[in-house]
Amino acid sequence: MTVASLLARKGVKVITIEPDQQIRQALALLADHNIGAVVVVDPGARPIGILSERDIVRAAVRDERGVFDRPVSALMTRNVIVGVPQDDLTSVAYTMTDKRIRHLPVVEQGRLVGIISIGDVVKAQRDQYQGEVDTLQFQLIAEQDKPAARAG
Amino acid sequence: MTRPGSEGAPLRVAIIGAGPTGYYAADQLFRQPGLVVEIDMYDRVPTPYGLVRAGVAPDHQKIKSVTASFDKVAAHPRFRFFGAVELGRHLTVDDLRAHYHMLLYTTGAQTDRRMGIPGEDLKNSHAATEFVAWYNGHPDYRHLTFDLSHERAAIVGVGNVAVDVARILSRTPDELATTDIADHALEALRASRVREVYLLGRRGPAQAAFTNPEVKELGELADADVVAIPEEVELDELSRAAMQRAGDRATQKKVDLLQAYARRVPTGKRRRLILRFLVSPVELLDDGAGAVGGMRLVRNKLYATDTGTLQPKPTGEFEDLPVGLVFRSVGYRGVALPGVPFNDKWGVILNEKGRVLDAERKQPLVGEYTAGWIKRGPTGVIGTNKPDAAETVTCMMEDLAADRYLRPGAPSSEAAERLIRRRQPQCFSYQDWLKLNDVELRRGKETGRPRVKFTRTEDMLAALGRHPGRPRE
Repeated sequence: MTVASLLARKGVKVITIEPDQQIRQALALLADHNIGAVVVVDPGARPIGILSERDIVRAAVRDERGVFDRPVSALMTRNVIVGVPQDDLTSVAYTMTDKRIRHLPVVEQGRLVGIISIGDVVKAQRDQYQGEVDTLQFQLIAEQDKPAARAG
Repeated sequence: MTRPGSEGAPLRVAIIGAGPTGYYAADQLFRQPGLVVEIDMYDRVPTPYGLVRAGVAPDHQKIKSVTASFDKVAAHPRFRFFGAVELGRHLTVDDLRAHYHMLLYTTGAQTDRRMGIPGEDLKNSHAATEFVAWYNGHPDYRHLTFDLSHERAAIVGVGNVAVDVARILSRTPDELATTDIADHALEALRASRVREVYLLGRRGPAQAAFTNPEVKELGELADADVVAIPEEVELDELSRAAMQRAGDRATQKKVDLLQAYARRVPTGKRRRLILRFLVSPVELLDDGAGAVGGMRLVRNKLYATDTGTLQPKPTGEFEDLPVGLVFRSVGYRGVALPGVPFNDKWGVILNEKGRVLDAERKQPLVGEYTAGWIKRGPTGVIGTNKPDAAETVTCMMEDLAADRYLRPGAPSSEAAERLIRRRQPQCFSYQDWLKLNDVELRRGKETGRPRVKFTRTEDMLAALGRHPGRPRE
């Protein structure tokens, strides 16, 4: 399974923000869309960073009052690990768990085409396993039914 | 207006596409506590089961046993099937909106992805999916012809479709004669002169999509020796590291199997099935008469992406394969339905968790849903569509509770049936299918096969005592 099939059922919305916008605006986006991170993009829609709720929590502990007015660029993570639509789900799951990444922006030819969360990955893996178990169970039952049918 | 879902006013749902996902969704809808649902399931072809009938290989009957659970769903008194009824041809989305509260599109991925290389459209270069539909007796593909007079054939891809095609080409007529392969295909394959079949993977043995049982099966063919090339099934450093850190025993087993094939000494069987890895076709070569005369391959090397996925990169080292027949199997792709927003990038209906989105505003459309391959793309096994359908049904139930559903002008099963019979007098019911199924099984029993398939709509009508030119009474 590839990253593309996770994005296919997520619509086409990617919530983005620009680096000179304020943390206040980022928080509004996180709350409005019920998400945990926004991708920071330049005017060419190229991802240049990611800003997660944790980045903001950490900054708020250091600076309670000033945090809302700070620019996104001051708190965002710059070295973003990005995926491509052809990436394998198993590698993505491993890398996200290993590096403790909860959101993976997906790019195609440098342009942002989507974002997947660790929740999306876990759900896709669960569905995959459930499907395999279901299919195998059915074949086992069919196998068991065969001799019985012949005997009857 | 009271919310539909009661005995007096059932929730009316149209499901477009009678494959596994359609049945899983129907089953989950019928199981909703306290909800009365009427389901009409439509399919473009006269018979149900989608790819279980037209895709799953004829020598994999066990997988087809899942249809028993589909028949249980279809036996529900509020379930109807209308075969040979096509959206966009016999009915429009507006017709459906006038008769149902909710529409669910489960049409799957009907076409194949192209390789995008020169020569792809030469004669004797085919989509593997067409060959599959042909040997499985799909009525729309039975007229196709495949030139099996060549000695060498190549299949591009190592997914389950590619492996199916390789097996069907490598089996003996006697092996095939015990399956439910379509009669026309059996006849053509009896005369086949194909002796060497190449399966081409662009990545290494550890990344190949085929499963371990599929690999094992390739080594147990009656009259075909399986061959692998030692250097190509040797693990590279990146693959070895990836497998080690993931502790992936299944992949290790797969690699072991393939390496064992590379050590095998051919036993003199009449056919050879050659597994190739780390090669990509870059061009199909013209034989001078507009047909495939060969295939140029480039050798690949693997590299790791940011997320650690190993992807192929061409090395600049080329090789020509002298094949006369090519099947591409590099992925399925969904086809847009007339009047339904489509996401061209991923080849799926534009959706969020199964709610169809408006193309302009990207907001959910009232009463329109999707599930299965046309929702998420062609991945997973048959059963993967069950949780996928469940996600969509959950959305449908949330929307029903929030009074988001269509308000049809004629929400009755009689009105819907009248319209369908007017537009397509020769449609097929589930009762029709059960009768056809009996005939197929009986004919199979007579010849020692699982079944003998009907492959022509006219033959099916005749078996039901109906005349093709005349509507049923």
